[in-house]
Amino acid sequence: MKRSDDARGSAPPLPSVEPVGLVDPTGRRTEGAAYDTPEPGALLALLRGMVIGRRFDRQASALARQGRLAVYPSSRGQEACQVGGALALADRDWLFPTYRDCVSLVARGVDPVEVLTLLRGDWHSGYDPRRHRCAPQCTPLATSAPHAVGLAWAARRAGEDAAALVMMGDGATSEGDAHEAFNFAAVWKAPVVFLVQNNQWAISVPVDKQSAAPTLAHKAVGYGMAGVHIDGNDAAAVYAAVSQALEAARDGGGPTLIEARTYRLDPHTNSDDPGRYRDDAERARWEERDPLARLEALLRAEGALDDAAMDGFEKEAEITAAAVRERYSGDDETAPEDLFAHVYHSIPAQLERQRRDLLAEIGEG
Amino acid sequence: MAGTVTLGQALNRALRDALAADDSVVVYGEDVGPLGGVFRVTDGLTAEFGEERCFDSPLAEAGIVGTAVGMAMYGLRPVVEMQFDAFSYPAFEQVVSHVAKMRNRTRGRLELPMVIRIPYGGGIGAVEHHADSSEAYWAHTPGLRVVTPATPSDGYSMLREAVDSPDPVVFLEPKRRYWTKEEAVLPVRTAPMDRAVVRRSGDDVTLLAYGPMVETALEAAAAAAEEGTSVEVVDLRSLSPFDDATAAASVRRTGRAVVVHEASGFAGYGAEVAARLTEQCFHYLEAPVLRVCGLDVPYPPPVLEEHHLPSVDRILDAFDRLQWERTWTAAPAPAEVGA
Repeated sequence: MKRSDDARGSAPPLPSVEPVGLVDPTGRRTEGAAYDTPEPGALLALLRGMVIGRRFDRQASALARQGRLAVYPSSRGQEACQVGGALALADRDWLFPTYRDCVSLVARGVDPVEVLTLLRGDWHSGYDPRRHRCAPQCTPLATSAPHAVGLAWAARRAGEDAAALVMMGDGATSEGDAHEAFNFAAVWKAPVVFLVQNNQWAISVPVDKQSAAPTLAHKAVGYGMAGVHIDGNDAAAVYAAVSQALEAARDGGGPTLIEARTYRLDPHTNSDDPGRYRDDAERARWEERDPLARLEALLRAEGALDDAAMDGFEKEAEITAAAVRERYSGDDETAPEDLFAHVYHSIPAQLERQRRDLLAEIGEG
Repeated sequence: MAGTVTLGQALNRALRDALAADDSVVVYGEDVGPLGGVFRVTDGLTAEFGEERCFDSPLAEAGIVGTAVGMAMYGLRPVVEMQFDAFSYPAFEQVVSHVAKMRNRTRGRLELPMVIRIPYGGGIGAVEHHADSSEAYWAHTPGLRVVTPATPSDGYSMLREAVDSPDPVVFLEPKRRYWTKEEAVLPVRTAPMDRAVVRRSGDDVTLLAYGPMVETALEAAAAAAEEGTSVEVVDLRSLSPFDDATAAASVRRTGRAVVVHEASGFAGYGAEVAARLTEQCFHYLEAPVLRVCGLDVPYPPPVLEEHHLPSVDRILDAFDRLQWERTWTAAPAPAEVGA
């Protein structure tokens, strides 16, 4: 039961200060890559997911501008993380997304309309978390990270070969819950992967005001877990790094903290004004590091993608966007009495009185 | 187990029986493993059930509650301990934003059958941050069940029921009563945990109390009886949801009500009780519903806590202020004052 001081493990290696990538911004394979490049089939799936994801994101932004979504936090520019992370998951794994990870949920296979339930304001979460093994999107920062740790711990206890992937942003790494989740995961060797999408901005606050660490991935070392720093606009690298970390987690190797360096091209949400805090030239530089163009260039150069295949992806994307538009033309199905239905397993007397009063008030009682 | 049992022992036995009954139950927190918890409520559980079922976690309350959320999402029934009332506050966001809301957020698709045990209240001479009464924070949050036992039998029964509940339960343990003894036979099932119970019948006034104050209330009722006042003591047990039926039935019969709790009175739990009773029993009331509460001050240092905590005398004083003059007379007109 008692342990001695010398029972401590060796320190994990320091992450690279420069982000590790497999494909450079011009679409060429990098020399001496740290990961095996995914198979062409996987790369095509990544590109397809990003094309659909970007179109979905653009559609959602348009709906927000039209007032048909209460708000929409775009992830344009972060598609490599969104899709690379989701596609690295096996069906049996769990995804813990934030409000900015709608594209990730779509890539996971969740109905795009149900993904937008939260942001349309119909309800706080629209999809069945068990069906796709996706936790509800988390709005408070980093608070779902300990949930993922607990769930992963429970899955391992049950003998299930499953891991959990937690999405969070650079700002969220400053939160206490991130610290506690990292620490619990490492101590418990829970099968969890933390994917930090460092998109440089927490609304208006740049990452250098969040942390003095050399990279956010360096934080992992202090917890005794593996930390890796990757190019978050390189879908192949995100997919490879998350896949490898998930595999290690399932094999009992414990958690990994992955920092994916990327950029939020759009405002924080449709109600934000980035002109007040960042230089548009910075955004323009990141536009040139576009994750879709990069992967498309690689696949075309290597003969794995032709115009017909690309057209196919774009058609699928248009179908997805059109379906979202069409299904959003109807009324929502949320009823006032839903307010009372799920507060407790069964409605207590005091809530039942309020339910009756409300229905009488609106003429339905 | 028959004979004299303390509240702490009853809670321990409840956890042991819950662990034995259901493999999905896990118990964890700070020092709950080999030490058995600072109040020994988890004594012997690690030895009996192993470190997979009862274990020490890192010292971080948000992490403890947050990981329990994930375990419950997966289908386990975690029972976590916050070591002391005021040390539960780092977990506040997890409790109010996630534990309380997960069922609602997901339209019932994810439920969190979990128990957060919190030793609470003062009266043990502890230094600061070890004597808070935090019930109003939790009771104010829809989606939580907030219960507090006052007797060893209730401690056993309500904790077993809390572990089996499909809803998350904040289980407040009156730490000054951990050593309260009762002749009991365990296992035992008492009234359902969402019900208030009448601990002593009486006709003249209803005294509503919960947790650590039930014993004090019963002492006050005994003292009042010697002075000729018949006091009915209602042990609320469930702070949320509130058992209006039992409390209101008693007050309608007696026509007078006093609520007592250790926590500060301002915006405290007693205000909700007084408001509900006034709304539901107004035409039966002979006097305003009075509150006997802790002072509106930060919890005092040990040498002064006796001045803060409601005492038998303070409760008896409240009885005296219940407008026993049945024939109400108008106050003198202003012109006559001082004439």
